[in-house]
Amino acid sequence: MKRSLILWIPLAGYLVFLGIASLGLNREQQTVIESRMIGKEIPGIDLPAASSTNPALSTKEMADGKPRLLNIFASWCVPCAAEAPVLAQMAQQGVRIDGVAIRDARADVDAFLARHGDPFQRIGLDARSTLQFYLGSSGVPETFVVDGKGVIRYQHIGAVGPQDVDTLLAKLREAES
Amino acid sequence: MSRALSLLALAPLLALAAPVQAQTALPPAPYADRQLDDPALEAKATALMHTIRCLTCQSQSIADSNASMASDMRSEIRERIARGEEPEAIRGWLIERYGDWISYKPTAEPILWPLWGAPILLLGAGGALAFRRIRHRRKDQS
Repeated sequence: MKRSLILWIPLAGYLVFLGIASLGLNREQQTVIESRMIGKEIPGIDLPAASSTNPALSTKEMADGKPRLLNIFASWCVPCAAEAPVLAQMAQQGVRIDGVAIRDARADVDAFLARHGDPFQRIGLDARSTLQFYLGSSGVPETFVVDGKGVIRYQHIGAVGPQDVDTLLAKLREAES
Repeated sequence: MSRALSLLALAPLLALAAPVQAQTALPPAPYADRQLDDPALEAKATALMHTIRCLTCQSQSIADSNASMASDMRSEIRERIARGEEPEAIRGWLIERYGDWISYKPTAEPILWPLWGAPILLLGAGGALAFRRIRHRRKDQS
């Protein structure tokens, strides 16, 4: 009796394995990779100006006492165009927004700003995703809250929708203290 | 003949198309698809690139992916290796930013202890089973 029970153990083990594997197959394949840089000081990188209208961006100058948003975008990125009106509205409310254009060309950034509005104070050109790697950012668009001491306080992944404004404003207020 | 003529007529258009394309498409990063001159360094870089996960195509390594972020990362890694950085230091730099997720090489974190322990446990269990079997058989024979 005991012996025949033992014989079933490999099959049971196999079924457990099969169960776990099939659960894994149904899991969402694309995971959201959050930056591990939240709570750390923003790495100091000098970026050249990405547009003809906005000055260049250096992340070394972010410790100027006031919090801001750092928006990672690109002229070739569709969700970035979708979030543009929301950013414009926030800029109108007095939120300081700096931009980083990823793998972009000046003419394209100019056209993007002309078409979708320009909520940015400074825009840096990150031609080879360097700053993006330093930030632990894994795509466009992403929006970081950087406090007045230059510390990254929050990361929003994906386009900023109207439903995200309150959270971002709250994080900015938190960053003020 | 008429085909050749129409091709000729298209030629100026092609000349126009080239600069327009050049404005929109940024050239890839210098070492995205170019090997390092030193084969030893290139081997180091390639070995590392095969174990770094692409952020865009998440089931591929950056060595296998065509995503532009992966090519930027390949270039970053080759340039760092060329500057004399060690592959494991670069892996550490990436893990510091993206977490263990970015690396295909398993770490020794507590969560992975069952993974490292399983082979030893299974070998032990199998060995014990075989040992008992053999001893039983010997007893039967004698």
